[in-house]
Amino acid sequence: MTLIPVWWTVATLLVLATLAASAHGALAARTVGASPGVGALLPATETARLLRQERRTLLAADSPLWRIGGAGLALIPLLMAAVVPLGPPAVLDSPIGIVWFNAADVVVWALVWLLGWGANSTYALVGAFRFLATALAYELPLMFALTTPAVAAGSLRVSDVVAAQSGLWYVVWMPVAFAITLLGVVGFSVWGPLSPAAAPDLAGGVLAELSGPDRLLAGAGRYLLLTAGSAFATALFLGGTQGPLLPGWMWMSLKTLVVVLALVAVRGRLVLLRPDRFLEVGWLVLLPLALAQLLVVSLVVAS
Amino acid sequence: MPPSLPARARGSAVIVVFLLLAAVSVVTGALVFVVDSMARATYALACSFVAVALALLTFGLTYLGVITILMMVMEMAIMAVFMIMFMGMNPALMPMDMVHGKRAALAVSVALFALLVVGIVVAPWPGAAGSASTASDIAALGHTLMGSKMLVMMSVSPIMFATIVGGVVLASGRTRYDRFGDDLDHPAQDPTPGGVGR
Repeated sequence: MTLIPVWWTVATLLVLATLAASAHGALAARTVGASPGVGALLPATETARLLRQERRTLLAADSPLWRIGGAGLALIPLLMAAVVPLGPPAVLDSPIGIVWFNAADVVVWALVWLLGWGANSTYALVGAFRFLATALAYELPLMFALTTPAVAAGSLRVSDVVAAQSGLWYVVWMPVAFAITLLGVVGFSVWGPLSPAAAPDLAGGVLAELSGPDRLLAGAGRYLLLTAGSAFATALFLGGTQGPLLPGWMWMSLKTLVVVLALVAVRGRLVLLRPDRFLEVGWLVLLPLALAQLLVVSLVVAS
Repeated sequence: MPPSLPARARGSAVIVVFLLLAAVSVVTGALVFVVDSMARATYALACSFVAVALALLTFGLTYLGVITILMMVMEMAIMAVFMIMFMGMNPALMPMDMVHGKRAALAVSVALFALLVVGIVVAPWPGAAGSASTASDIAALGHTLMGSKMLVMMSVSPIMFATIVGGVVLASGRTRYDRFGDDLDHPAQDPTPGGVGR
């Protein structure tokens, strides 16, 4: 077994996540009237700042669980990307890659809650429960949205789904499933409209008390989750490595970059969704939509 | 693992991994009763289940193993919601003892564990040394579960679901009459308006 896919996956994720963080830094700097060029250095400046920062200690904090929460957020995206063919074959070309990805994104439930719990801080704990409420709303639609391309391709193996899109990208005839998948990616990355768990009204919620290397891991983890989720959505709906002229890895990286930059760009343009309201939207609107999309695709496949 | 490795070494490596995972699942399972915080107990249990799920992977039961991880982690996360919601003055947020009725519980669990282990060791498993091959046994098991017992399997899940919904409805302080009025013809009145404009 060669180690090339492993290094490839890690390097691709890190590079794309850094670009995403950089783009976010530039956009955020422009919003406050600062130089976007300086803002684009955000990944470097934040890493340098946080690595030198002293760890904040809190009374009766549950440090092991707290650390597991932060470090886990940086680890899970690597496990997610392991089943995605990014150019070289996937690290784990599993026949149930889609279920694997789903299991990994459910582990985020535990990690974000632990992040909020470990600090022994009220705001962080409230943030943790906000995340679970939001997750209850996006997870089931996400599960059915991920099932849709699997039904069309007749396989849960991600490389089979990519191969099945040689004629037509799935986003063309399952746009609802694609949109719900992106919403799920935004959700498990605690990002943009689905980030009430880390909202400013809670002084940062689950991230409120994090400092130093722990904050670096959790913060990098969010960008890595966003990137891994975008890569997965690209493989499932945007044809993955398929494309003319350029080599497969380049298509995959370019498409993933476009998706992740789009998610970064919408962050500041959408309102924060309150979990109690979003729950009803998730169950009464998104879930039936996801099921209807699945039904349509199943009928097309069966006919 | 490189395929060049002899099958025998590979087999023993799988056994070592399995034994390690089994040990992890037992130790983290025991930790559930040793730690003094609800959160640690909850996630020690999650660790135990994940170790069992990974052990399933060593049997080649990939789908079953991964789906076990998915379900158990989700379940434990939801349990955290319920334990904060329903535990009165909220001991879930404070250090607390995880065991009640220690002696009786210990006796019952040791006896049950012994019984199960004896059962596992004594049972004539198909595929063990000296017995018939497994393929036909697995097919027979599948036919038994999904053939003549299919009606039972089919009715179990709606009944379980109805029980859960019924339990929540009975436990809820607000009924549909509170929401929609005596004749159920008013617009819904909720303390917090929902997200779809009702």
